[in-house]
Amino acid sequence: MTTAPIASELDLLIGTKWKKPSFIQRPWLRWGLIIGFVIYLIAAISSVEVNWARVYEGLERGAAFIKAFMAPDFVSRWTDIRDGMLESLIMTVASTVVGVLISIPIGLGAARNIAPLPVYLLCRGIIAISRALQEIIVAILLVAIFGFGPLAGFLTLSFASIGFMSKLLAEDIESTDKVPAEAIKATGASWLQWVNYGVQPQVFPRLVGLSMYRLDINFRESAILGLVGAGGIGATLNTAFDRYEFDTAAAILILIIGTVMALEYISGIIRARVQ
Amino acid sequence: MLRLVELTKTYPTGDQALKAVNLEVPAGQVLALIGPSGAGKSTLIRCINRLVEPTSGKVYLGDVELTTLGSSALRRERRRMGMIFQEYALVERLTVMENVLSGRLGYVGFWRSFLRKFPQADIDEAFRLLDRVGLLDMADKRADELSGGQRQRVGICRALIQDPALLLVDEPTASLDPKTSRQIMRLICELCEERGLAAIINIHDVALAQIFVQRVIGLRFGAIEFDGKPDELTPEVLTTIYGEEDWEQTIEEVDEEELDEAAP
Repeated sequence: MTTAPIASELDLLIGTKWKKPSFIQRPWLRWGLIIGFVIYLIAAISSVEVNWARVYEGLERGAAFIKAFMAPDFVSRWTDIRDGMLESLIMTVASTVVGVLISIPIGLGAARNIAPLPVYLLCRGIIAISRALQEIIVAILLVAIFGFGPLAGFLTLSFASIGFMSKLLAEDIESTDKVPAEAIKATGASWLQWVNYGVQPQVFPRLVGLSMYRLDINFRESAILGLVGAGGIGATLNTAFDRYEFDTAAAILILIIGTVMALEYISGIIRARVQ
Repeated sequence: MLRLVELTKTYPTGDQALKAVNLEVPAGQVLALIGPSGAGKSTLIRCINRLVEPTSGKVYLGDVELTTLGSSALRRERRRMGMIFQEYALVERLTVMENVLSGRLGYVGFWRSFLRKFPQADIDEAFRLLDRVGLLDMADKRADELSGGQRQRVGICRALIQDPALLLVDEPTASLDPKTSRQIMRLICELCEERGLAAIINIHDVALAQIFVQRVIGLRFGAIEFDGKPDELTPEVLTTIYGEEDWEQTIEEVDEEELDEAAP
């Protein structure tokens, strides 16, 4: 007897159309957000001022710039370029190695699942400081302290690597599978042994991948840091622009692009190997 | 050998997983812990080696009381309790040999384990154990290359190389096919007998438990409802543990299986 109304409710539903419920349930809110977004978009686009006369003049300069790039000059400033590249590469490798080595203990400390709360807060604090300060600002400060040259660049990149690597490493540690780690703990392993056997194998490929990625970033950053006097290929590039030697600048940029691509290729091979 | 006194676990959510459990396991006894999901089986065995901290009560392993131990003393006692896990819990990127040797971590210092320079006696024992479970030629394979049954055998080796007095076994067969399940259960029970180990085996499969163990404990809502021999598990008993269901089928099946086992 009680089944009769239930059956009829089902009967009512059968044959009716079904639609996926909207992500935002309340229709006024949903439509309000859509209309608001469209109005904002129109307002934003119409607020951009374009001086078409200036653009027309600029096209010519742009063309000259690109033309200069078609004929890169590696030869006339070759010693400067070579020294700059070497300095950048040394800076990059050294700062990545130092950054990774320091970021491993900090990353361990910043993973909530393995570090006690005070250590966690301290390490997260270090990461936050490192990430909050933009490389250029750090570089300007360090150039002021240590003077022009690659030492300031090396320190800047190391400092920036620490924040980047520790944060991503800590997040990877937090997402490890806790079952094997628990099994290692059950054997009576000490904390270090537990990290070495239960956690490290799980995060190692990611650590290697991140290190290669950071190497890549540090190389590109080293080209920027030269602009504020922190040495490397960036200083050479800056000089070239200052002298309006676009052909030399083009040669430098091509070398930077080539190096980044080579690093990307090498990192792909390495990451495939350590999987 | 192992004695639990009024062992209680209340989770921060207020769930009472264990309600003052008293249990005594003599040396060399293999017992099965059965009960519905959420009855507290996993909590019980994890409270013994304190992967889960008990709220109150005492755990005696031999003469040592475990619940009050500091961290280094606890690690020393954990060496005497081997644990085998449901999803094998192998570290997949390590080799089979490293996984087995990780059972010795409680005995060797950090640098020795870090450099993988384990004492020769440990390495020999690892080879003997791998040979015993039939995986000797897999020693240098990575753990993720093995099948489920093979992985569980590695898990067994890891627990045994600790030279434990007690095995804590958490659903060893839950992710295995029926034939492999039996092989694994048989292996665990044989090894316990060979080495005179006591074992607590959490298991869902009542029939499988009945075939292999000497004693069955039934847990329901964190309390012991049944403690007896496997053949005392009647439909009435199963109803008190699991609730109403037609149990004749399960038990009959066991009888047939027992005949099969006895035949060859």
